[in-house]
Amino acid sequence: MSFRQALESGKFMVTAEVGPGKGTDVEHLLKDADIIKNRVDAINVTDLQSSVMRLGSMAICHLLTDMGVDPIFQVTCRDRNRLALQSDLLSGWVLGIRNVLALTGDHPTLGDHPRAKPVFDLDSVTLLEVIGKLNSGLDMSGNELKGVPDLLPGAVVNPGADNEAALDLQIMKMEKKIEAGARFFQTQGVYDLDVFEKFMKRVEGFNTKVLGGIILLKSVGMARYMNKNVAGVFVPEPLIQELKGAEDKAQASMNIAVRLVKGMKDICDGVHIMALGWESKIPPILDEAGV
Amino acid sequence: MIIAEQKPLAEIQDMVAPYRKILLVGCGTCMTFCSAGGPEQVNELAGTLLSENKNKVIEKTTIPRQCAVKFIDRLENKVGDHEAILSMACGNGVQAVASRFPDKPVLPALNTQFIGVEKEPGVWTENCLACGDCILWRTGGICPVTRCAKSLLNGACGGASGGKCEVSKDCPCAWQEIYHALKRLNMLHYLKEKPQVKDWPIHPGRVVREDLRGEVLS
Repeated sequence: MSFRQALESGKFMVTAEVGPGKGTDVEHLLKDADIIKNRVDAINVTDLQSSVMRLGSMAICHLLTDMGVDPIFQVTCRDRNRLALQSDLLSGWVLGIRNVLALTGDHPTLGDHPRAKPVFDLDSVTLLEVIGKLNSGLDMSGNELKGVPDLLPGAVVNPGADNEAALDLQIMKMEKKIEAGARFFQTQGVYDLDVFEKFMKRVEGFNTKVLGGIILLKSVGMARYMNKNVAGVFVPEPLIQELKGAEDKAQASMNIAVRLVKGMKDICDGVHIMALGWESKIPPILDEAGV
Repeated sequence: MIIAEQKPLAEIQDMVAPYRKILLVGCGTCMTFCSAGGPEQVNELAGTLLSENKNKVIEKTTIPRQCAVKFIDRLENKVGDHEAILSMACGNGVQAVASRFPDKPVLPALNTQFIGVEKEPGVWTENCLACGDCILWRTGGICPVTRCAKSLLNGACGGASGGKCEVSKDCPCAWQEIYHALKRLNMLHYLKEKPQVKDWPIHPGRVVREDLRGEVLS
């Protein structure tokens, strides 16, 4: 079943993600993808995540299609202007990519080439509009395409925005993204199901599907680091203590993930699990959560 | 106004090294207000350069603006046998002086930063990118093209934390500021408008006002 079919079937969806590394070595990444490929509806491939120069998303998406995986091509607006974005969307389609996640992208200052010129010619909303336009057979300037893609556009939202203004802005932008064609949303990592449920109540009635983000907690240090440095991610102290007190940290992390998956089954349309190298833990987590 | 900062002294010394007689020119408007190239800084820089190299001859002067021919003309009699002009203007002033005196090397003593305001004593912030299509009426008087690090036009990204931009804890999220401003003004509906795509300006810019030209071209 393709990701589009999964989305349209109304089933509880599971997506995961892999991040290409710096260099041409793809062995580990493809192995990670292979471990989970029969348990997920799609695998996202990140686009120069955290503004660090890496192997590209399109190439890995293509390799995943060769393995029978339906990839979600993450496309940020950080490094490409409207010409390059449209061209890459068409190129991706030709290489077998069917799903696109439209993102603004982190600022270059966050990465390893901090003084690179940021592009941001389009943003996530206008990129979604462009995908719709390409799907309709036209480029952004209204020129006709010879051969037309049929990309499934998605977007992201941050339910954990840390103040009222930030959350209102997230929700307003989410509405704009839906109007611009976003068929699904994958959220930033969620650890507090109450906060997430409140968010889902606010977006009830929005004509889209939401996959709740779950980032596997690999250590106490990682949890504290994210609380301090990753916008919109907040690991509550009791979870940190649970991890700290556990003899088997990996098992404790999996227990937390299982609870989140179970909780999300009643709240949203799927989960997006960011395993960060712990892909082998995804199948047992899904087993335990009954997904 | 335009905000600039003095270049590192070593770089200025490198630039002036080949020349003995130098005309050091301050700028009386923006550069004076931002304490980068007014009469005070002209005195200080001349003193420093002379203390480092006693052989130099430095004549000091400040004109009201280095970006207007009528003021640059006042330098005509002073340029004389100076080997170089060291300008304490913004990049605009340096170029205007250079084009007026094409046979003299005109050296920039400052690094021009941006169009901005003095936020508090000693702190300046950028406000305008001169993008050629002002939308401040829809954004509560806060420019997202300039003050959002990603120049986003259709709302915030997800990168803000504690109201601050992901690029710097010293930089407020422009979109949160816009949100508060529009809320205060009862104009939040502007945030829900149709998505905008920007027509980016083509450089170098050129503004032509036919009504002000000497002769209208037919």
